[in-house]
Amino acid sequence: MGDQFEPRIVVFACNWCSYAGIDLAGTSRIRYPHNVRIVKVMCSGRVHPEMVLKALREGADGVLITGCHPGDCHYISGNYKTMRRYLLLKKLLKELGLSDRVWLEWVSASEGDRWAKIASAFVEHIRKLGPLRLKEVMEGE
Amino acid sequence: MSKKVKVALYWCASCGGCEEAIVDLAEELLRLSEVIDIVFWPVATDFKKSDVEAMPDGSIDISIINGGIRLTEHEEMVKLLRRKSKLVVAFGSCSHLGGVPGLANLFSTDEVLKYVYFESPTVVNSEGVIPREEVVVDDGRKLELPKLLRYVRSLDQVVDVDYYIPGCAPTPDVIKKSLETLLSGVLPPKGSVLGASSRSLCDECELNKTKPEKILLKDIKRVHQVRLDLSKCYLSQGVICLGPVTRGGCGTLCIKGGMPCTGCFGPLDKVVDYGARALSYIASIVDYDDEAQAEKFVEEYIVDPVGWFYRYSLPRSLVRGRYEGLRGGAHG
Repeated sequence: MGDQFEPRIVVFACNWCSYAGIDLAGTSRIRYPHNVRIVKVMCSGRVHPEMVLKALREGADGVLITGCHPGDCHYISGNYKTMRRYLLLKKLLKELGLSDRVWLEWVSASEGDRWAKIASAFVEHIRKLGPLRLKEVMEGE
Repeated sequence: MSKKVKVALYWCASCGGCEEAIVDLAEELLRLSEVIDIVFWPVATDFKKSDVEAMPDGSIDISIINGGIRLTEHEEMVKLLRRKSKLVVAFGSCSHLGGVPGLANLFSTDEVLKYVYFESPTVVNSEGVIPREEVVVDDGRKLELPKLLRYVRSLDQVVDVDYYIPGCAPTPDVIKKSLETLLSGVLPPKGSVLGASSRSLCDECELNKTKPEKILLKDIKRVHQVRLDLSKCYLSQGVICLGPVTRGGCGTLCIKGGMPCTGCFGPLDKVVDYGARALSYIASIVDYDDEAQAEKFVEEYIVDPVGWFYRYSLPRSLVRGRYEGLRGGAHG
């Protein structure tokens, strides 16, 4: 449909809370944008910064990491690790001129509606920032 | 015809430390000269580019190249050497990973030139002289300078590289071991890092035995803020040492000298992005579960994440530089 920019978003969703929450949105027929490509991981603490950077490099316009709310982690402390990593990564991305392309959000298994809101907000946010085309920009002549 | 192994040495965007490192082989050089024939080495011998051009393709056995790729001249020379050589070896951090000069990828070439020729506090340039690609001198002759490329690249981002010798600069021991491997005739798989360890620096560090089971930090001290106990793991003293994520093989020279590891030997095998690993590891030892406190920690202590985590490897990282800077857009 036309030339409107459709952001490509990679979502990392933890198996125990966020993926179930996203699933709930689906089974409850709650609409959320189709721009998201969801990657299920066992824990948000498993999302290495390398994976986020690789997603951006390989063509994602934004990356959304989702996990259990603090205190709810299936593995007790995985999401605290995610939070600390994310804070450092955010600072790194700022220095690299890529700030605000990566978000971390907590989504529980019962928050299908919250997921839909976050997904819509993130897609709109990235739409405003425009396409990233990291590889082309960084490797062009 | 001599049966000596023909070796070419070349430098690109580097500080000269890698050349110095070769000279530091000292007496070893004499022994080497019995088995190798240096056919090109601009810093020490008088062969010219035309001499290399005149050689048949593939006639040089090994080209050892240091420095990152910053100028059109570098690109041209390494492509020429690649064509003339059987093996190309990236020597030192700049060639291997982009190195310290690679940090220039945080800025556009305009910003780099502006700072270096006008704004740097030690520069006096009242006539506003700036390098130009072409200039006509008094007698009408046209002189040319190589062009500054848009960003710095590691050697393997420009030509096919067979082996890497790590370090800023590689230590004499690492160079010796690497050359022994290269001259032995029994070559490791292509792409191997020569002369170093395949395990992290902590594995060979004397101080590792003093490392506590778990390290958790509430603050980070920089080396000038603390008197380090040289017999205790620096990390446990709150100083960031990148040993856990850095390839070993240097003999822990910096650590013995009272400095923590800054990561010049680069990542371990199969690691794609050194800085991301380093960042992840630092995040794992931050001792705050509360988001606001953790944020304050990052704000206060991780002042320059690129300089810290990508000191030697920005061009070889996944992002490669500053996106906005290289895109030529707004600078913030």
